[in-house]
Amino acid sequence: MAYSEKVIDHYNNPRNVGTLDKSKNTVGTGLVGAPECGDVMRLQIEVDENNVIQDAKFKTFGCGSAIASSSLATEWLKGKSIDQALEIDNMDIVEELALPPVKIHCSVLAEDAIKAAINDYRVKNGMAPVESEKSHH
Amino acid sequence: MIKLPIYLDNNATTPMDPRVLEAMIPYFTEKFGNAASRNHPFGWVAEEAVDYAREQISKLIGCTEKEIIFTSGATESNNLAIKGVFEMYQSKGNHIITLTTEHKAILDTCHHLEKQGAEITYLDVQADGMVDLAKLEAAITPKTILISIMYGNNEIGVVQHIKKISEIARKHGVLLHTDATQAVGKIPVNVETDGIDLMSFSGHKMYGPKGIGVLYVRRKNPRVKVTAQMDGGGHERGMRSGTLNVPGIVGLGKAAEIAMLDMEKDAVRLSALRDKLENALSTLEESYVNGNIGSRLPHTTNISFKYVEGEGLMMAMKDLAVSSGSACTSASLEPSYVLKSLGLNDDLAHSSIRFGLGRFTTDEEVDYAIEVTKTAVTKLREMSPLWEMFKEGIDLDSVEWAEH
Repeated sequence: MAYSEKVIDHYNNPRNVGTLDKSKNTVGTGLVGAPECGDVMRLQIEVDENNVIQDAKFKTFGCGSAIASSSLATEWLKGKSIDQALEIDNMDIVEELALPPVKIHCSVLAEDAIKAAINDYRVKNGMAPVESEKSHH
Repeated sequence: MIKLPIYLDNNATTPMDPRVLEAMIPYFTEKFGNAASRNHPFGWVAEEAVDYAREQISKLIGCTEKEIIFTSGATESNNLAIKGVFEMYQSKGNHIITLTTEHKAILDTCHHLEKQGAEITYLDVQADGMVDLAKLEAAITPKTILISIMYGNNEIGVVQHIKKISEIARKHGVLLHTDATQAVGKIPVNVETDGIDLMSFSGHKMYGPKGIGVLYVRRKNPRVKVTAQMDGGGHERGMRSGTLNVPGIVGLGKAAEIAMLDMEKDAVRLSALRDKLENALSTLEESYVNGNIGSRLPHTTNISFKYVEGEGLMMAMKDLAVSSGSACTSASLEPSYVLKSLGLNDDLAHSSIRFGLGRFTTDEEVDYAIEVTKTAVTKLREMSPLWEMFKEGIDLDSVEWAEH
């Protein structure tokens, strides 16, 4: 199966690989997936006092599409408020990266990672976690 | 100058040897006859070529010409062997013993027969991929008619002790079939000294053409018969009807002849190259060679690079054609059942890469592969959250993963 050009670009030049200090209150961390499933994504956001995401970093264990999905997610997150970020839908990622059906789960994982990171930040800062509707599985 | 991309997936298929192609070409054009046309020279020429190929092949595996049944490939040979024995020997019993690490052409054929009343024992292998001979013998019942165990494994390259297995089979009056697709033409395989009753192999794994295979069926001590699975003109002693694929047969014959000449030196050269590759990649932290390294095919190694995922890794191994035990493309996300049978955790199975060297693999190509693989593993680990956690001393088994 051939990868799309956008997947290859994100894979070859991944944006925002790295680690933020998860002990900081301004940092939210989402760790989703499982090694047994062949995919683990860790997505981190650094949020300012206006609830706007200033920085985003990822590390991913997985196939090219999983790496590209998380790389794209970090790009999209920067500059968004945490409420706007919640609106990112996995199908937006599928469309942008032209993922084939067998790789849709990679985009689902990226959406889950975004939500998990935001919730981690929300809980750290005294906000209630947002319930996610698991409709895309 | 090294030519890219580099092919290191010779367990999937091999390129055809140019000498094989040369031998085949006339049989597509001027020597196009049907080997079953007994009444004119066109048929005679084709039949002669087929007979010569039988001779070439029988020399390689140590049988007589009449014991060779041509098929479309190893999958068909496996089907014919197992279904054919099951139908032919039904009055004797309905029990077949095989391994969990067999090729799908064996396993799915066995599953099919289960629906028709067969009892199948799928034996687990030991952690190194070898069958436990005591367990094998203990699995035999008065109803057992067939043991089917592969010669050399396609994923990990482990070579079973076929001779010892055949001794057990003989002792209990059970037939032995072996899928020797990865072994014939690569290592010495002799149906007489090995005590094999039925054996499958194909052309395209030994530098011959695709679409041609053999089922060896023993004629003496004991005389073995299989029920045909393809009805028609009664070709191949009634066991496999269908017009013979003359160019394919000529090609397989030539490939067998070349194997007789080159196999030994290929094996020495390739196992040295394989060891070089394996030793170099074993210097990477947390890399593990899968399967028994004392008893295996000379050209195969299967290595798990922990904390990186195989498919993602292959993408970084630019210009290297290899394969992985990770199956991220399948809906089930199930990693290799062969590696799981060795008791590997799913995460290690997901991290595996199979390197399959071949007759045309060069020293320079292996050097290149070493460099590319090392760089790719390092790059992917820098991107891997699991690697970071491992480096921080976090026990990954203690983490509660959000399964999806």
